[in-house]
Amino acid sequence: MSAEVKEREPLFSAKNRKLITNPLNVDNPITVQVLGICSALAVTAKLKPSFVMMLSVIAVMTLANVIISLMRNGIPPRIRIIVQLTVIASLVILVDQVLKAYVYDVSKQLSVFVGLIITNCIIMGRLEAFALANKPWPSLLDGFGNALGYGWVLLAVGFTRELFGSGTLWDYQIIPQAFYDFGYVNNGFMILPPMALIVVGVIIWIQRARNPQLIEEK
Amino acid sequence: MYSNAYIFRYAAIMVVVVAAVLSSAATFLKPMQQRNQAIDKMQSILAAAGMQDVSVENAIEVFNGHITNMIVIDQDGNVLADYSGDEKQNSEAFNLNLKTELFNKSQKRPFRLPLYVIDKQGEKTYIIPLLGAGLWGPVWGNMAIKSDFSTVTGVTFDHKAETPGLGAEINTNMFQDQFKDKQLLGPDGNFVSVQVVKGGVSNFPANQQKHKVDAISGGTITSNGVNDMIENVIESYVPFFKKQG
Repeated sequence: MSAEVKEREPLFSAKNRKLITNPLNVDNPITVQVLGICSALAVTAKLKPSFVMMLSVIAVMTLANVIISLMRNGIPPRIRIIVQLTVIASLVILVDQVLKAYVYDVSKQLSVFVGLIITNCIIMGRLEAFALANKPWPSLLDGFGNALGYGWVLLAVGFTRELFGSGTLWDYQIIPQAFYDFGYVNNGFMILPPMALIVVGVIIWIQRARNPQLIEEK
Repeated sequence: MYSNAYIFRYAAIMVVVVAAVLSSAATFLKPMQQRNQAIDKMQSILAAAGMQDVSVENAIEVFNGHITNMIVIDQDGNVLADYSGDEKQNSEAFNLNLKTELFNKSQKRPFRLPLYVIDKQGEKTYIIPLLGAGLWGPVWGNMAIKSDFSTVTGVTFDHKAETPGLGAEINTNMFQDQFKDKQLLGPDGNFVSVQVVKGGVSNFPANQQKHKVDAISGGTITSNGVNDMIENVIESYVPFFKKQG
């Protein structure tokens, strides 16, 4: 056994910072890994539910990552997926109950989508790929970073869809009445899920065009 | 490698811990959730009666101040119970499960229905809770009518999962305001209902216009759901209307 003591890694070392910044851009769960698309289409018709969904996913993913990381040495590999699913499902139910008790109107808007966080494959993916093999602190950063990476795309899509689909932002009228008087019409297509897919596609396009790292070699 | 016994033990302990955490959270949060649901219902009833912006904090007080009576009627229009005063917000009239009762109706079994009454210096307004099916899930609402049991003074609708921008628009004021002053009863006092129609109300004969409102484009199945809901629920109150009038 070697007597040398490994120097403690600072909390926000370059490596740890990368855990948060990578998922925001070059390793984004939605635009690069193309995970969690289903919920990104469903909740982004307006900005407000997108924001609450982001907060809920941040809470669930960060906590799930930490919990699984704490349990990682005891989990029998053969039932690890079941264990992960149980942890995620319990956290989601907790979030749902808390929303119902404290912010009832938001909970009404999100309705079934909170329950669908369970099926968000980003969460399961991070548990499987990261939390099972890493200590709690890096896992926390990783979970938070990925949830944030998911969240900003949600906000961007929600912003675009609400502005062009309803002419409002956060339910406040943005496009002035005078425009409508001149014959401007809200784009009803923006409110439907297919348009969310197209908006996500445009985001991926812009991101790839600006970031040479993401362009596959022929 | 982990033994089978370990795996079983692990799974068993995990399940027990999770069950304990979730059930205690649910028990702890339940009173607040029920209160929120009750307040939501009160706000919706008040909104149908024209009080749109009642805040969550004031809802219970305003509700108790305005709703003077809560009545439970049976399928023949007999008044089974009439609550007033403090006991009414915990009464059967407020907590009656509309879904079960309407199911009983569809099965031709006896049923009971609630009715909320606002008595403003003798001028009574009756508020009827509605429940039906839209395209993707339930739609519901409240309808306030005058004491002639025909003139609609206001409605509110809400829905669980109608298509955004199309069917989901039934909970906007633009749609709901159309119902104001429409008539549920025809000239000879028989039940006609108020219908959501395609193609513009103004294209209908003048004597039918008071029974029609404009539908939302692209929301046909939701509109049909709203029609069925109004017809099915209000129809059940007609025996009561006849007895009163």
